[in-house]
Amino acid sequence: MKARVHITLKNGVLDPQGKAIQHALTALDFGGVDDVRQGKYIELDLAETDREKALASVEDMCKKLLSNTVIENYVIEIE
Amino acid sequence: MKSAVIVFPASNCDRDMIVALEKITGHKPHIIWHQDEEIPDADLIALPGGFSFGDYLRCGAMAARSPAIQKVIEHANRGGNVIGICNGFQVLTETGLLPGALMRNKSLKFICKDVNLKVENNDTAFTNAYGQGQVITIPMAHHDGNYFADDETLKELEDDGRIAFRYVDKAGQATAEANPNGSRNNIAGIINRRKNILGMMPHPERLIEDAQGGIDGLGFFESMINAIN
Repeated sequence: MKARVHITLKNGVLDPQGKAIQHALTALDFGGVDDVRQGKYIELDLAETDREKALASVEDMCKKLLSNTVIENYVIEIE
Repeated sequence: MKSAVIVFPASNCDRDMIVALEKITGHKPHIIWHQDEEIPDADLIALPGGFSFGDYLRCGAMAARSPAIQKVIEHANRGGNVIGICNGFQVLTETGLLPGALMRNKSLKFICKDVNLKVENNDTAFTNAYGQGQVITIPMAHHDGNYFADDETLKELEDDGRIAFRYVDKAGQATAEANPNGSRNNIAGIINRRKNILGMMPHPERLIEDAQGGIDGLGFFESMINAIN
């Protein structure tokens, strides 16, 4: 199975890189971009074939390594 | 005082820390590779600065899951003293031994310069050789030292006197201009609830003899000798 993990900064956590991207977009004349938040995207190829078990396992990976839950949220997609 | 320094791939301040500890304690520290699963008996374990594992995923994230760190956590849980400088501070937050997280500097720039730090609490094992409120000058050199913690955690740190060092101007004021990296409440260094673990971004080990341009970092090490011996 394939797992896709999207990791984003929590609301209220400043994202200076997102701000820099927003400024650069404005400089390139892309108007109307009110905010930019930058995150990470991780793909995992899993040997597991049971969807629920795969989800539980990736959830555990997110908590223990893939994300820092002090500052980040994660969303997992399994297919 | 017996000490140990943990070395990770791409640590680069380990030698400075080893030299400082040997000079000040009179004993060469144990040097522990991150894959070692045993740490010899030590009063203090130091996590040095650098770019462990190339800062992959997040600064300190890989190092925080290494075998040696499990032993550091056990040592800390027994009440043993632990310090993390720069990347070491990032590793300590990633393990959860210290609260909060170190994020990319607000300016997005790597900043290498001397900064003024105020000793916010000199009643700790790491600061007792300084005066309360004393302003010292210590070098910083990092890309990810922007301290973040949520409001509740910040309040707890402030109320419990767990902020060891704050970025200030020469007069000791924690102004926005004196904050080099965007850290909340100008925080440069904190201690844990039990007060046996300290993390800080600036480098006291780089300023312990006159040849380095000053000795403001000496008090940090002398404090530990006072507290631990």
